[in-house]
Amino acid sequence: MIKALSFSDTTIGKKVLMAVSGLVLFGFVIGHMLGNLQVFLGPKVYNDYGVALRDAPLLLWGVRILLLVSFLVHIAMAMQLSALSRAARPVGYKMRKDAITTFAARTMLYSGVLVLLFVLYHLAHFTFPGVAMGAYEHSHTGDVYSNFVNGFSIPWVVALYVAAQVALGLHIYHGAWSLLQTFGLNNPLRNATLHGGARTLALVVVVGNILLPLSVLLGLVQ
Amino acid sequence: MEKSLNLVLHVWRQKNRDAKGQFVRYEAKNISEHASLLEMLDQVNEGLLEKGEEPIAFDHDCREGICGACGMIVNGHAHGPRKATTVCQLHMREFQDGEEIWIEPWRAAAFPVVRDLVVDRGSLDRIVQAGGFISTRTGSAPEANSLPVAKEKSDRAFDAAACIGCGACVAACPNAAAMLFTAAKVAHLNLLPQGEPERDTRVRNMVAQMDAEGFGHCTNHYECMEACPKHISVEFIAQLNREFMSATARARQELRPRRK
Ligand code: HEM
Ligand code: SF4
Ligand code: FES
Repeated sequence: MIKALSFSDTTIGKKVLMAVSGLVLFGFVIGHMLGNLQVFLGPKVYNDYGVALRDAPLLLWGVRILLLVSFLVHIAMAMQLSALSRAARPVGYKMRKDAITTFAARTMLYSGVLVLLFVLYHLAHFTFPGVAMGAYEHSHTGDVYSNFVNGFSIPWVVALYVAAQVALGLHIYHGAWSLLQTFGLNNPLRNATLHGGARTLALVVVVGNILLPLSVLLGLVQ
Repeated sequence: MEKSLNLVLHVWRQKNRDAKGQFVRYEAKNISEHASLLEMLDQVNEGLLEKGEEPIAFDHDCREGICGACGMIVNGHAHGPRKATTVCQLHMREFQDGEEIWIEPWRAAAFPVVRDLVVDRGSLDRIVQAGGFISTRTGSAPEANSLPVAKEKSDRAFDAAACIGCGACVAACPNAAAMLFTAAKVAHLNLLPQGEPERDTRVRNMVAQMDAEGFGHCTNHYECMEACPKHISVEFIAQLNREFMSATARARQELRPRRK
């Protein structure tokens, strides 16, 4: 007897789970960027934002748990699917070259892993109490503005952040369109708009997120 | 005046499924520019037979681009460098005199090499089988207007039905996925009223079989569409995903793929 399959046993099902979790993460990336762009509005606004988040533990922890679950689902599906597809071509070609795919599409697993490593570093840098990687005094007094300025005064830290945003950018450049196709939302009448929209959004996220770590060295935030 | 070409071939030779294959170098002399790539191989094979050597094995049948039997990777392209063309319809005028041509079989776990350039594509047949029958009335032809089909839908069903099952999409896909093939086969029936009654079981069973055969998953490289000799669009893959999700949501029966 062959085992009955559930939705998540099929490659399409796994892909849908990946798209759903990817969408949650994408949504967070946008929210996180908008939240932090408030740094340009000055210490008062930015610190109030930080305190407001801290004082809403239900929201904060709700989002954190949702993100953790999304990450776990996304990564588990990525690992399972890429193992399946590696096994699907045990003997490769001598001459075959990809004709139309993009660099971003071919490197999704690598950009994903880089994003994961970066997220771990980023959490250690700003969130986990007492770790403070990047050598500065970690204040937990609610002065997130100073944390921001201190954190991004160190050039190697800034360089690392910018590089990570490039990896994230490549990931969501392909991911944003890919998820529409996975959900079956693709339609010839709307494709150009959807395609353009998804990629513009990915670009906006990258530019916004690169601006943040660079802002201190550029003298935009002091 | 008709040009003729002299070419250097590197062809994958493999005795059987279990043998270790390798590329073998051949010279193809005096090939007419009007010959198809398969006719060029025929000519090389005649030379091999005269020398008492085994001819190069490759699949072919109609030689007019409609049966889907032929297929090989020519200089890195599925069905050769010309777009929307099967290798039996690929003419040697696409190549330069003196050119080196590398010829390899389709590569996928679900397409084991049987001999040289011949691969076993039974996995694609089993996906179609898993789709099952349509419960439409057979016998004498029904009155044409008794089953109205919207023009737009019949056009799209025709586009999907153009798939000849050659397997180039699998061969070209970096993941060796059979999504384009399966999507085309699901769509051409699921778009029509004749396919409506079994619409959900068809898509669920075909996807389950596709996975059971060991094909990879879709990561939207679109290499399949580029390689497809029949211009099947990845739009059908989006439709397959949509159909599979809604069929799963409505399903009241377990899903079990057949054995290989
Ligand atoms: C902020 C973090 C992340 C975001 C916003 C994100 C977003 C996305 C999105 C939207 C997709 C498209 C889903 C689809 O094709 O339907 C995707 C696919 C993918 N992600 Fe992520 N992801 C993130 C982190 C990761 C991590 C940590 C990994 C790996 C360890 C990863 C690996 C992959 C892979 C392999 C794919 C499939 C590639 C493809 O279908 O072409 N992602 N991601
Ligand atoms: S979709 Fe195109 S490439 Fe794939 S089997 Fe059908 S005709 Fe061949
Ligand atoms: S031999 Fe029939 S399509 Fe090429």
